Amino acid sequence: MILSPINIISSSVLLLLLSVAIVPLLKSNQRLLINTSFMLSSLASLLGIAGGVWAVGGGITNKLILPIGLPDLPFHLRVDPLAGFFITVICLLSFFVSLYSVGYIKGYLGRRPVTSLVIFYCIFLAGILMVVLADDALFFLIAWEVMAAASYFLVMFEDERIENRRAAFLYMIVAHVGAIAILLSFGIMAGLTTGFESFNGYTFDAMRQAEFPLKWATAAFLLAFFGFAAKAGVVPLHVWLPEAHPVAPSNVSALMSGVMLKTAIYGIVRVSFDLIRVFPWWWGAIVLILGLISAVMGVLYALMQHDLKRLLAYHSVENIGIILIGIGLSMIFTSFHMPLLSALALIAGLYHTMNHAVFKGLLFMGAGAVLHATDERNMEEMGGLIHRMPWTAALFLIGCVSISALPPFNGFVSEWLTFQAFLLSPALPSPLLKLLIPLGAALLALTGALAAACFVKAFGVTFLGHWRGHRNPRVHEADWFMRSGMILAALTCLLLGILPTLFIDWMDIIPEQLAGSKLRISAGEYNWMWLTPVAPERASYSGLIVFLGILLVVVAAYLVLHIRPGAIHRAPIWDCGFGKLNQRMQYNATSFSMPIRRIFGFLFNIKEQVKLTPRAVHKAFPKRLNYYLRIRDRFWNWLYKPVVEFSFRVSRKVGLLQQGRIQAYLIYSFITIIVLLVFSR
Amino acid sequence: MKLYRFIIEILQIAILLGVAPAFTGWVRMLKCWSQGRTSAGIFQPYRDLLKLFSKDVLLADNASWIFRFTPYLVFGTAVLAGAIIPMLSLELPIASTADVIVLVALFAIARFFTALAGMDIGTAFGGMGSSREMTIASLAEPAMLMAIFTVSLASKSTSLSQMVHVIYSGQTVLRPSIVFALLAFVLIALAETGRIPVDNPATHLELTMIHEAMILEYSGRHLALIEWAGMMKLFLFVMLGVAAFAPWGIAESGDIVAISAAFIFMVLKLVIVGIVLVMIETGLAKMRIFRLTEFLGSAFLLATLGMLSYFILE
Repeated sequence: MILSPINIISSSVLLLLLSVAIVPLLKSNQRLLINTSFMLSSLASLLGIAGGVWAVGGGITNKLILPIGLPDLPFHLRVDPLAGFFITVICLLSFFVSLYSVGYIKGYLGRRPVTSLVIFYCIFLAGILMVVLADDALFFLIAWEVMAAASYFLVMFEDERIENRRAAFLYMIVAHVGAIAILLSFGIMAGLTTGFESFNGYTFDAMRQAEFPLKWATAAFLLAFFGFAAKAGVVPLHVWLPEAHPVAPSNVSALMSGVMLKTAIYGIVRVSFDLIRVFPWWWGAIVLILGLISAVMGVLYALMQHDLKRLLAYHSVENIGIILIGIGLSMIFTSFHMPLLSALALIAGLYHTMNHAVFKGLLFMGAGAVLHATDERNMEEMGGLIHRMPWTAALFLIGCVSISALPPFNGFVSEWLTFQAFLLSPALPSPLLKLLIPLGAALLALTGALAAACFVKAFGVTFLGHWRGHRNPRVHEADWFMRSGMILAALTCLLLGILPTLFIDWMDIIPEQLAGSKLRISAGEYNWMWLTPVAPERASYSGLIVFLGILLVVVAAYLVLHIRPGAIHRAPIWDCGFGKLNQRMQYNATSFSMPIRRIFGFLFNIKEQVKLTPRAVHKAFPKRLNYYLRIRDRFWNWLYKPVVEFSFRVSRKVGLLQQGRIQAYLIYSFITIIVLLVFSR
Repeated sequence: MKLYRFIIEILQIAILLGVAPAFTGWVRMLKCWSQGRTSAGIFQPYRDLLKLFSKDVLLADNASWIFRFTPYLVFGTAVLAGAIIPMLSLELPIASTADVIVLVALFAIARFFTALAGMDIGTAFGGMGSSREMTIASLAEPAMLMAIFTVSLASKSTSLSQMVHVIYSGQTVLRPSIVFALLAFVLIALAETGRIPVDNPATHLELTMIHEAMILEYSGRHLALIEWAGMMKLFLFVMLGVAAFAPWGIAESGDIVAISAAFIFMVLKLVIVGIVLVMIETGLAKMRIFRLTEFLGSAFLLATLGMLSYFILE
C-alpha cells in the first residue's frame, strides 16, 4: 500500500472501527476499556490530522474505489483539499476530545456501564469522517445515516431522563427530514446527469461533469440546502439543537457542536461550489440572509438561557450563522465573477469553521468539567468556581474570549475577515446589493457584541462571585486528561489567532480550486506577521503584535508598580453597613440578561409573573416574593406546533382503523384486494 | 529612518499618557465653571492619580486573579490603541498592526474584562454595572462600526492612516455621508466613554451608575490604572474622531517642525472638543437606561443614513 493522504485517512477510519471491534473483549474491565478505546481514537485522530494536513498542504486529490455496497454500485472515496481541510478540523477536535474523554468518562464508572457510549463514540467519529470522504451519493447518505444514528444513541445515553428521550426523538425526526431532502437533491442531480437512464450518475464525479438546467439545479440546491440546514441548526430549523446537544455527555456535545455541524457546512460548500458550480446570485443571498438571521437569533436565544450547555448549544446556531454569512457572500461574489473577493469570503467562512470547532469544543469540555465537578448544569446554582477549579476557569475563559471575537484570539480573525468581505461588497455591479449588503455588517457587529455580553454572563455567573447553590457539592478540579484536552484546545485558539497567515497560506488552495483565485495574504513588505487580504493599504491586522503589545504593557506596568512593595490587604466585602449581604443577592444569569430581554423581548415568547405575599402588618413589607419566568422559542409555535398537531390528528384518524378485532382486519384485506382488482385489471 | 519613526511612536505614547489626564482636567474645569462652582484646576487628575498610586490596595476576600489582572489589561489595551491611532504623525511603525475594526475590538477587550471584574466580588452593584455596560455596548458597537464603515467606504480602507491620507488628497470635502457619520459618531462616543446622557462619570448613586458600579470595589494602584485608562479612553475617542473626520494638522512627514505644528493643532482641537463636550453634558440630563435604545438607535439610524447617502448621492 502506497502512502497517500487517502490511505492514511482510511486507515484512521479503520482504526476507529477496530476499536469498536475490541470493545466486547474489554467489556468486563470498564476502566481498561475507557483507556484503550479513547487512546485508540486519539491515535486515529492524529492519523487523520496528518492525512488532512498533507492533502491540503500538497494540494493532493486521491481517489479510492471500494468494491463493496450494492452490486455494480461500488463505494467511491476521494480526498481533495476541501475534504482534507474538513478532515483536519474534525480530527483536530476529536483528538482533543478523545484525550479529554479518558478523564471525563471515568466519572460514569460505578454509576452506569459505558460500553455503549464507547462503541457509539467511535462509530460516530468514523461516520463523520466517512461523510467527508464519500465521493458518491450512495456512500455519502449511508455515512450520513451512520453519523445520525450513532449520535442518536449518544444523545440517548442517559435514557432514564425524560428530557433525553424527548430530545433524541426530536433530533431523529429532524435528521431524517433533512436526510430525505438531501436524498432527493442527489436524486435530481444523479438523474439529470444520465438523463434518468442509468444508475451511473450517482458518483460525484459524474455530477461534476454534468451541466444542469437552472430550474433543476435550483431545486437540487434548495433541497440540499434545506437538508444541510436542518443538520446545521440554521434558524428556523434549529429547535432540535438546543435540546439534543446539552443532554448528551459533554464530550459528545463537544463533538456534535464542534464537528458534526461542520459536515453540513461541508455539504453546502461541496454541493454548491463543487457539484453544481454555476449558480445565480440569489442562492448566495438566501444563504447570507439565513446566516444573518441565525447569527442574531442564535445569540439572543443564548442570552436568555441559564443552563450552561444549552447556552453553548444556542451559540452553535449563532456561529453556524456566521460561517454561512461568509459562504453566502462568497457565493454572491462568485456568481458575479469576482474570484478574489469570493476567495476572501470563502476563507473567512472556512476559517470560522475551524475556529468554531476549536473554541466550541473547548467551551463544551469546560462545561463538562463543571458538570463533572458539581453535577449541575443550571448556572443559577453556581458561582465562585474559579477558586476551586482554577485550571478549568482559566481555560474556559480563553474559550469565552475566543468566541466573543476579541483579539488576539482566533474568533476575531475570522470575524475580521468577514467584515472585510462585507466592506468590499460595494464593488458588486448590482445597486440593490451594494446598498443592502453593508447593513449585514451591522448585524454581524451586533452579534459579536451580544456574544461578548453573553459570555460575560456565562463566565461571570459560573466562575465568579460566590457559590449560589443550595446544595454544597464537593467540587474538584478536572483531572490531567481532561485538562490536557482543554489546554491543547486553548493553545490552538491562541495560535489560530496570532498566526493566521500560516494557516491561511496552508488552506489557500481551497479557494483557488473552488472560487478560481488565491487569497494572497502576505504581499510585498508585509510578511507573515501581518494579515493583509486584498492590499496592505486597504486593511491589515497583526494578531501577534497585538498580543505582544498588550503583554508588554501589562508586564511593564506590573513591574513598575511593584518596584516599591505595596501591601495588599484582604477584607470582607463592604456591605454598606447593613451586615446582611448573602450570596442570593448577587446578580445571576436571569438578572444579568434582563435589560437585553427587555429590549429584544418582542422576539421571544415571554411569560413573566411576580407574586407578592404581603405580611399582616403592612403590605409594604412582603413576606415572600415569587418570580416566574418562562421564555419560549417563537418558532416552536409558528412552525413546529402546527405540524405536530396535524400529524397527531392524522394518526388519530388513521388509528380509528385499528380495532384489535381479527374480523375487521380480514375485511380490510378483502376490500383492498377487490379495489386492486378493479383498478389494475 | 526606522529609528526615527520609533521615536515618534514613543513620543506619541508619552503624549497619550501625559496629556490624557490634563484633558479630563480641562473638561472637569469647564464643567465646574458652567455650573458656577470653583474648579480644582486642570492638574487635579494628576494629583488624584498620584494619591491613588501611593495608597495600599484593599481587596475583597474572594477577589480572584481576574480582579487583579483587569486593571493592567485595561491599561495595556488603552496604551496599545494609543500607539495605533495617528495623533501627531502618520508615520507610525505599528499603525498597520490594526485597523479601525481592531481598535473597536481593543476597547471591547477592556470592557469584557472590566465587566468580569465587576462580577468577581459578587456584590449586586458590580453585577448591575456589568449587565448594563454590556447591554449598552452591544447596542453601541454596531452603530459605531456603521459610522466608521461609512468613512471607510469613501476612503476604500479601514486603516486609519489611509483614511487620513485620502482626506488630505482632497477627495473628501464636506460630504453628506460624512456629516451623518460624524453625528452618529458623537452620539456613540458619548455612550462608549460613559458621559451624560448615557452614564454619569461623577455619580456614585446606585441607580444611575454604570461604569462606576463595575469598578466600585477597586482601590489603590488598581483604581489608579483604571482611572488613568478611562481618561486615555476619552482622549483616544477624541483622537479617533479627529483622525476620521477632521485630521487637518496631523503630520504626513516626520520632521520636527511638522510634528510640533501637529502638537499645537492637537491641543487646539482638544480645547474645542472639551468645550463642545461640556456644552452637551450641561445641556442634557441623564437618560433612563431603557430610553437608551432610542438614543443608540438614532445613532445607528444616522450612520445607516450616512451609508445610504454615500451610495445614493455620491
